[in-house]
Amino acid sequence: MNGEIAAILAMDGIASGAIYVLIGLGLVLIFAVTRVIFVPFGDIAAFTALSLASLETGGRPGTVGLVAVLAVLATAVEAIALARNRAFHRLPRALLFYLVLPLIPAAAVWFAAGTTLSMPLRIVLSLALVLPIAPLLDRIVFRPIADASVLLLLTVAVALHFALSGLGLMFFGPEGVRTKPLTDAVFDVAGLIVNGQMLLILAASIVFCGLLFLYFEFTIQGKALRATAVNRVGARLVGIRPTSTGTIAYLLASLLAGISGVLIAPVTTIFYDSGFLLGLKAFVGAIIGAMVSYPVTALGAVMVGLLESFTSFWLSAYKEVLVFSLLIPVLLWRSLSFAGTEEEEAEE
Amino acid sequence: MKNSIFAAVLAASLGAATAAQAEITVGFITSQSGPGSSIGVLYDRGMKAALEYASSVGAEKIKFIQLDDGSDPSAATRNARKLVEENKVDLLIGTSTAASTSAMVPIANELKVPMIAISPISVAANDAGDRWAIVMPQPPTLMVKVVVDRMKRDGVKQFAYIGFSDAWGDLVYNGAQKPAEADGLKMLTNERYARTDTSVTGQVLKMMAAKPDAVLLGGAATQGALPALALTERGYKGPLYGTPALLNTDFIRVGGKSVEGVQVSAGPVIVAEQLPDSHFSKKISMDFRAAYQKANGTPTSDGFSAYSFDAWLVFLDAAKRAMATGAKPGTPEFRVALKNAIFSTKDLVGTHAIYNYKPSDSYGVDERSLVMVRLVNGQWKFEP
Repeated sequence: MNGEIAAILAMDGIASGAIYVLIGLGLVLIFAVTRVIFVPFGDIAAFTALSLASLETGGRPGTVGLVAVLAVLATAVEAIALARNRAFHRLPRALLFYLVLPLIPAAAVWFAAGTTLSMPLRIVLSLALVLPIAPLLDRIVFRPIADASVLLLLTVAVALHFALSGLGLMFFGPEGVRTKPLTDAVFDVAGLIVNGQMLLILAASIVFCGLLFLYFEFTIQGKALRATAVNRVGARLVGIRPTSTGTIAYLLASLLAGISGVLIAPVTTIFYDSGFLLGLKAFVGAIIGAMVSYPVTALGAVMVGLLESFTSFWLSAYKEVLVFSLLIPVLLWRSLSFAGTEEEEAEE
Repeated sequence: MKNSIFAAVLAASLGAATAAQAEITVGFITSQSGPGSSIGVLYDRGMKAALEYASSVGAEKIKFIQLDDGSDPSAATRNARKLVEENKVDLLIGTSTAASTSAMVPIANELKVPMIAISPISVAANDAGDRWAIVMPQPPTLMVKVVVDRMKRDGVKQFAYIGFSDAWGDLVYNGAQKPAEADGLKMLTNERYARTDTSVTGQVLKMMAAKPDAVLLGGAATQGALPALALTERGYKGPLYGTPALLNTDFIRVGGKSVEGVQVSAGPVIVAEQLPDSHFSKKISMDFRAAYQKANGTPTSDGFSAYSFDAWLVFLDAAKRAMATGAKPGTPEFRVALKNAIFSTKDLVGTHAIYNYKPSDSYGVDERSLVMVRLVNGQWKFEP
């Protein structure tokens, strides 16, 4: 290995790490606010890529049907809950949020199918299409069991992942897709060839990390999210509604997943089940951040990307093994330095 | 009283059912749903073409039963057992994933029903040393051997290997080792990647550093193009070689310019139109294409559907000889006769190969079953 190869590998590793950063941050965000380890999170990224690809070929993405079904289900669940509490005056609002808003992008895509759209419009549409999936799933699946233990929530999330990837197979078919590159630009930096796509991934990752930081530091909503993450009961006492912070967390995280899906689709082939491994690797990053720290998660995710890149050079057959083995020392170190704070929280 | 009448009626109808079963019954399993369905549907269409081509053995009608296994090995096992025990089939044909096909073989061995596997698997004999299953496709080792021999002919001295980090990647790598040694070729690398990987830059850099004359691709379908794309990006200009697993429209779509010129081994049916008239596969393949068009309403260019078609040809040929023994279809004697007939298939011309089966081996094809094809302008071209 010489310096040039090392530089190329490092660049490649940082690029794939940047994708893991986006997904990892989303995972941590959802976990911190709702205590759900949202396993199907990678699927959201894959669905965005698949939707984008079918828009590109002029098809009608299967996500439209998925969103419609979920919206109807969520509205029904919400309506029943409201009827039980005899809070009928809140029904119009529920209809707006659970039925009308999610269906707007779905309807737009439904009618746009077959026409050729410009690239930015396609990206915006597929993002808008995928955004409601996680919040709707939250309303249907997780909110009724919001106070259950972390373990139960995790089990449900795993089951949800299998359901989603099954639906993915139904809607998108078994073949993989690859979208057109977002940019064809190629730069020559000190003798190294850097393609524009890679820079775009890096830039997006940095920009969204920055935005997330600003959001948490300087907006009331962001602070409410942080408060819920620190202490749910305390947040409720000061007038923050955990259900709405949960929805915001899911929306924000879905946006991150969607962006990473859009970024990754031109770089590799995405299958209906590609999301799981993406999510799993981001999860390793999130574990390094102990599922609470955003900066450490980002660092961990980049580390996973780098490790992956260098092991693919040295020992490609054992790449996956080595990446996931990273969990063992990290978990050991984590469990030695913190003595089970999450367990206590779960038992409250 | 009522009960006994009912019983009598039932007995009569059952009797009628058994009498009707003098015809030969064939059970066909394929995956029409689940992840294996992309190939399973092709097997199904190939079988429809086969039924269109010939639906009887001499004057004898054939009863054909088809079940879906949902790409699930346990469903394949269940369906195989159901076909034998309830429908009393004389022959099993299946199915689209290697795991499901392998799962059917023990059922064939246990219930003593001949079986034709249409996925490439390795078949073991049962405890008594009997074989009940034959395999239609070319064995992976042969698919690779033909490619390695072609590399030698093209003047390649050393080549790099990159393949999937799964059983398929292993099969190609192991298959390439022996012929490479025999041909005096050096295999420089054994790089692996997963189907879900987003980048193979590391592997490709290592391959480039080894300075290969050629690269052998051990991937499959869409994601088989990933190393080719990365190689082009890094400025690799040498030739690419691959296996029939790359004969896939998505491979061409995703690979684009990078996979142009790739050479792979393939069953002759893939390039049927381009074969010289003297080639064994030309006539039967064209017949197959015509039957396929008629049965499914679409043209075909894949190799998978042709395996079902060839399986049917092997069955028809063997059934004719089994009927000549005088055994009655639906009986254990007939199944033994059919098995013996299948395992003594001699020089049967199919779309993929000239089939010769012997009791000692479940594979029955030789090097004639593979030709080399090259991707030119998105089309596979015959390379004699």
